[in-house]
Amino acid sequence: MISSIVFIILFSAGAVWFAINVRKVRRNILLGKEIDRKDNPAQRLKIMTLVALGQKKMFERPIPAILHLFLYVAFVITQIELIEIVTDGAVGSHRMFRPYLGGFYTFIVSFIEILSVLAFIGTIAFLSRRNLLKVPRLVKSELNGWPKLDANFILLGELTLICFIFMMNGADEMLYNNGWSHAEEAKGTFGLAISSHLGPMLFGGLSEPSLHIIERIGWWGHIAMVLGFLNYLPYSKHFHILLAFPNVYFSNLLAKGKFTNLESVTNEVKLMFDANAVVPPSDGTPMRFGAKDVTDLSWKQLLDAYTCTECGRCTSACPANITGKLLSPRKIMMDTRDRLMEVGKNMDANKGEFKDDGKSLLGDYITAEELWACTSCNACVQECPVNIDPLSIIIDMRRFMVMEQSAAPTELNMMFTNIENNGAPWQFSQSDRLNWKNE
Amino acid sequence: MSEALNVKTIAEYVANGETPEILFWVGCAGSFDDRAKKITKAIVKILNHANVKFAVLGTEESCTGDPAKRAGNEFLFQMQAMNNITVLNGYEVKKIVTGCPHCFNTLKNEYPSLGGNYEVIHHTQLLQDLLNSGRIKIEGGDFKGKKITFHDPCYLGRANDVYEAPREVMINLDAELMEMKRSKANGLCCGAGGAQMFKEAEKGNKEINIERTEEALALNPDIISVGCPFCNTMMTDGVKHFNKEQTVKVLDVAELIAQAKDL
Repeated sequence: MISSIVFIILFSAGAVWFAINVRKVRRNILLGKEIDRKDNPAQRLKIMTLVALGQKKMFERPIPAILHLFLYVAFVITQIELIEIVTDGAVGSHRMFRPYLGGFYTFIVSFIEILSVLAFIGTIAFLSRRNLLKVPRLVKSELNGWPKLDANFILLGELTLICFIFMMNGADEMLYNNGWSHAEEAKGTFGLAISSHLGPMLFGGLSEPSLHIIERIGWWGHIAMVLGFLNYLPYSKHFHILLAFPNVYFSNLLAKGKFTNLESVTNEVKLMFDANAVVPPSDGTPMRFGAKDVTDLSWKQLLDAYTCTECGRCTSACPANITGKLLSPRKIMMDTRDRLMEVGKNMDANKGEFKDDGKSLLGDYITAEELWACTSCNACVQECPVNIDPLSIIIDMRRFMVMEQSAAPTELNMMFTNIENNGAPWQFSQSDRLNWKNE
Repeated sequence: MSEALNVKTIAEYVANGETPEILFWVGCAGSFDDRAKKITKAIVKILNHANVKFAVLGTEESCTGDPAKRAGNEFLFQMQAMNNITVLNGYEVKKIVTGCPHCFNTLKNEYPSLGGNYEVIHHTQLLQDLLNSGRIKIEGGDFKGKKITFHDPCYLGRANDVYEAPREVMINLDAELMEMKRSKANGLCCGAGGAQMFKEAEKGNKEINIERTEEALALNPDIISVGCPFCNTMMTDGVKHFNKEQTVKVLDVAELIAQAKDL
């Protein structure tokens, strides 16, 4: 009875706290500008099924893809067992579904146990890749400090979670073996694929009270980890496990080479060509061309930032980064998210209104040197397993530097002047454009 | 050169009351860069040989605005686009072939919402069409046994998912086509895109074109083939950097076809 009350309070607190944080993330994302990504729902569902659910792009790199698949499938399937754990916790039952499901119960829990072992192996491999093998994309400088810690926290948390599952199932198996189980009079084995062997190995010969304590530690530890993990997500790069799905759904469906045509510019240009051109009236707010801060970006670009799990595939394919330039597409996404969270905190502290802090994404987080190193080759966009588009942010920020700050590199200003004056990026006259014919 | 180039401007077509099959968008590099002009001529020779009624804009052509747009100068891009669209729509142009993937991408993807709607193809796609329809035929020969590796231009490949046209065209050469490790969707940029062509690279430990050329040269090719005048410049410079210009040629797909046809 008391344990049910404790459970319900703990679980509700965890759920409410998570909901509050998700609302904040949602509010932050919606600070972005409107962009239409609701067309073609059928095509969007298809892409989401292939890329997010089906992990299609992950398999470009098979080894991490398989390891990741262990964790992914284990995570998804474990949610089934969580339904029982939550029910047991709330009503004070023990393995409530077992009598009703019989052999199917054994099958499902065994399946989860096998996946848990695979996930354990995968997690150890991931920890090794980061900390021992030092896979280049996982030890780049933008990961120093918190991002590195964040990644290791998550992996260690997963290991702990899996250990709790086996403490719970293993000790329960021993209790049942000895006829000490609370739930059932009978004595025998659950027949679970892993625990029926692991239980006797780890806990054989322990007394009834010890086994009960171990089982309860496993059970409470497991649910505490689940709730802790859930609430850690909004603060962590690990949010991708939820956001990958909407992020892929709202992917850009057009050719990657097609950059947006700024409508505000179109209106100005139309007026320059024809003073009587009909353009939509301005809503009075001063226009800003391009992006200086996160609020100049679209909600999709901000969703991208929250979805990024910092795997660094983008950076490892970036020609600028490969050749030692400062630009890292992953850092562009991390910076965007960090700044957005800073803006969000600022709003929380000021009753929902953003109070100018004299900072901006451009300059305080991302430097001009990084932005000018981009070749716009789309390798980062191609690589991202969850269809994040760092290039669009880079271009929007270049637009701000060029159109609002006139801060293009000198050589590019010369190129602009040439195009303006003679219709070519070099100093050749337009009237010489057909000279090649007779050369 | 076997015969004089037959190049007519669209204005000349109109003056004669004729309509060309297709407009050849030469591009700035193709018009002014000495190396790229050879590619332009190769394309023209093939078009002439296949009796394609094509026109050029000549002195009425102007930069598509691609480098301005990639550099963030949306104003200049849209000014260029509006001017070009006025010219193209004035001549009622329906179909365009470009000699450059950057022009191709911009005309194809970024002009429609500004009022310029055309069917736009890259010259490797036109070559594929001409070969498929039998308007040009190639019987191996010159390139038999030669090792060729194709460097995917970003704005043809990833930007527009055109990977097969250049490769299918080159299959006709009877050469040994080799793929670099980073090819097609995973191809590595030559370093010129995004307006980098017009500025010094940022500080790093290597030039991008050197990284890419190194990868190509590791295959010991006789020819590095390209489909973009800017890639051509970058890869040519890379080959020179490694002092391999005597043994490894950097050639556009159109030049390979023109050479195979002895044009």
